[in-house]
Amino acid sequence: MEVAVFTLGAVIVLSGGLGVLLARNPVHAALFLVQTLFGVAVLFVLLEATFLAAVQVMVYAGAIVILFLFVIMLLGVDRADDLGIEPIAGQRPMAAVVGVSLAGLLATVLLVAVDGLTGARGGTPLGDAGDNTRRLGEALFTDMVFAVELTAILLTVAVVGAVALARRLSGPMQPLPVVAIAESDDQPTEADDEPAGATGEDS
Amino acid sequence: MVVTTGWYLALGAALFSMGAVGLLVRRNPLVMFMCVELMLNAVNLTFVSLGAELGDLGGQLSVFFVLVVAAAEVVVGLAVIVAIMRRRSGATVDDLSVLGG
Repeated sequence: MEVAVFTLGAVIVLSGGLGVLLARNPVHAALFLVQTLFGVAVLFVLLEATFLAAVQVMVYAGAIVILFLFVIMLLGVDRADDLGIEPIAGQRPMAAVVGVSLAGLLATVLLVAVDGLTGARGGTPLGDAGDNTRRLGEALFTDMVFAVELTAILLTVAVVGAVALARRLSGPMQPLPVVAIAESDDQPTEADDEPAGATGEDS
Repeated sequence: MVVTTGWYLALGAALFSMGAVGLLVRRNPLVMFMCVELMLNAVNLTFVSLGAELGDLGGQLSVFFVLVVAAAEVVVGLAVIVAIMRRRSGATVDDLSVLGG
């Protein structure tokens, strides 16, 4: 039974990964990514990390992929990626060689390493599966409370940065237009007096 | 036959390499970000399986922080992509050489 579930999860994960790799349309790639994330959630359940499986589905499949789809929708999907042309000669075969070598190297290192695990265990035993959520919560909000607060700061900074980056610039604060700087070195003072929208709408 | 930790580790290695190849081959910045997500998920799988092998909760705790960093990275990265695409529509990563000097 366990072998069957693992095989199913592995097939879901690997086929989804191949789909992301090969899909021409970014929307299809995002949907294949959802498939991979669900497969990983299945494996998490099999490893008795039940809370992480739920978080995986909600945060990754529910939030991050939706974010991807929103951006795809915002930018338009009319242009499918042309996989036929190769901009750098020999890029694909070399990437395949690198990928196969990396897979072999990682698998070898991990499999050799897991054969005789040494070193001290951490202070938080795993417990049984039904206890998983409570133990995670206790560990996060006692031993790791400082790290949790730091991640909160990180998320806040990320949100503020994203808003600042993606804001459609209008009004008194004008952006520094990269192209305009390159083209108009000889008239640096006039840019300040231009009305809103004169430089920010050149997309 | 029983599923050992090695199976999960091999699967994680395969998934990580897939993401790495995708990052090298694809030119659409959005798909490249998805390949980064694949690599992060492979690492998460490795964390959880090794945590189960050791009987330690630390693996699962690490996954939480990976998850948060991944979310922050996606938010900022997609904002950068939106800002770039607004200026020059249809750009692939090969076209974005403004900082190349």
